[in-house]
Amino acid sequence: MAEYLVCPEEEIADGGRKVVACGDKEIGIFRVKGALYAWHNTCPHRQGPICQGRIYPEVVEPVDENCEVRTLQYNENNMHVACPWHGWEFNLETGRNPAGHYRLARAELAVREGQIYVVL
Amino acid sequence: MDILNKDRARELPVQQIDVFTDTRDILAHANRAAKRRGFEDWLICDVDAHHTETISWHELVQYIEDPVIRHQAMLFHDEKMGTASYGLNGDMGLKYQDVGGRIPHQAGIREKVDDGVHRDVTLSRRAMQALGVDYMVLFPTPMLTLGLHPQPEMEVYLGRAYNRWLIDKVLTKDDRLKTLAYLPFNVPKEAERTIEEFADQPGVIGFCVPSTRHKPVHHNDYMRVYAMLEERNLPIAFHAAYHWQDQSLSTINRFLGMHALGFVWCNMVHMTNWILNGIPERFPKLKSIWVESGLAWIPFLMQRLDDQYLMRPSEAPQLKKLPSEYMRENCWYTTQPMETVNMKALQLTLEMINAETQLLFASDWPHFDFDLPQEIYDLPFLSEQAKRNILGLNAAKLFGLDPAVRKSL
Repeated sequence: MAEYLVCPEEEIADGGRKVVACGDKEIGIFRVKGALYAWHNTCPHRQGPICQGRIYPEVVEPVDENCEVRTLQYNENNMHVACPWHGWEFNLETGRNPAGHYRLARAELAVREGQIYVVL
Repeated sequence: MDILNKDRARELPVQQIDVFTDTRDILAHANRAAKRRGFEDWLICDVDAHHTETISWHELVQYIEDPVIRHQAMLFHDEKMGTASYGLNGDMGLKYQDVGGRIPHQAGIREKVDDGVHRDVTLSRRAMQALGVDYMVLFPTPMLTLGLHPQPEMEVYLGRAYNRWLIDKVLTKDDRLKTLAYLPFNVPKEAERTIEEFADQPGVIGFCVPSTRHKPVHHNDYMRVYAMLEERNLPIAFHAAYHWQDQSLSTINRFLGMHALGFVWCNMVHMTNWILNGIPERFPKLKSIWVESGLAWIPFLMQRLDDQYLMRPSEAPQLKKLPSEYMRENCWYTTQPMETVNMKALQLTLEMINAETQLLFASDWPHFDFDLPQEIYDLPFLSEQAKRNILGLNAAKLFGLDPAVRKSL
């Protein structure tokens, strides 16, 4: 196994990210609701740079008691990263896409003495 | 756990891709994928890529032939504030392709360009190099709805200006860039003049009819156009687009739905008329190319027309074989946006259209649903020869291009 030193823990703030090259692999490290998540920078669709995409809250469309809809809303509890190539979206905590058929490849992280490492 | 290697991770220079990111950075993964697949010795022709001609509209209008219209257009761009491009119709603000900013390269390409040639030459070269493309066929973007213009003469003015501008500023600067010149189809006599004027111009390898229009492709007025193209062995392409003014689509409220249907519907209508009126029988050597409708519609239409034709042959008396046979033998198709969720369906589609000879790779770069050459290369059910044909050799044969590889990855 190989271990790559990324940065001190505090360098990735909540809602932030760091996308790094570890040898020939690219990894995106995100902090969501205080926790760190790491994903390979490869979209399962066309192998695009998913971790370099914009981050959006999940879009939801509330249905009222009459089964009617009026607005679109952001659900800040589920943060998504959208692939900049074709817009495929994945939940940053679970790595799953909304339809549930595809998911990002997780990368292992280690945090020791305040430093973040990617373990491959 | 045994850690054998300890190293420092390298932060990527681009943390988040946006409209200012260099094309080569956006497509860095594509370039790596091309190298991994050994595309150095594969001829790859991208038969449908785009530029945004309206960015250069102030420059383009100087190529309008009519001196009065040209003067008006130049003053319009020098003096008017808060307006769209002179003379151009279209869906104006109904341009949601970038999914609310999620796909920045669709929203805008604002990277630094300072190579001493036109920005569209530089941007096209960057995309070709990244994708591993040898030849790129450029199409306009907002002009694709010009066929719906309420002033038919405006299609003539702007179409001709576009052709002249593109040749002068772009095609003559790099012979790997080609075009299917804009055909002002709503005015058949002008379409004939366009063929006479541009057929032998540098970089012109055929002609394009933007498909969003309400003119019947089988009208007698167009027979001279088809004859002229057939005589010159130049293909005619029908390039799809969407528009919200189509009453049959006007209830659709999501761009996803409009794009899914709009880009197919216009070509389904034209293809139906093309086949049932026997255009391939009247012009057996005329090659038609059906661009940017994806592929899934073709098996549907083949089956539908065959089924109906067999019950009602007296309504299509020029046909000597099944509609699907004309669609397979006389028509060519560009790949993008290739539907890949159901691979069995894709395999059958490719068999039904005889992809080995009739299918042409297209990226549609820089649009939101662009495809990469690797998608053809990675298909598990195609032979290497079929992949080479689809990626480049079919196009080389169709357009008379030198099949030698031109790129460096």
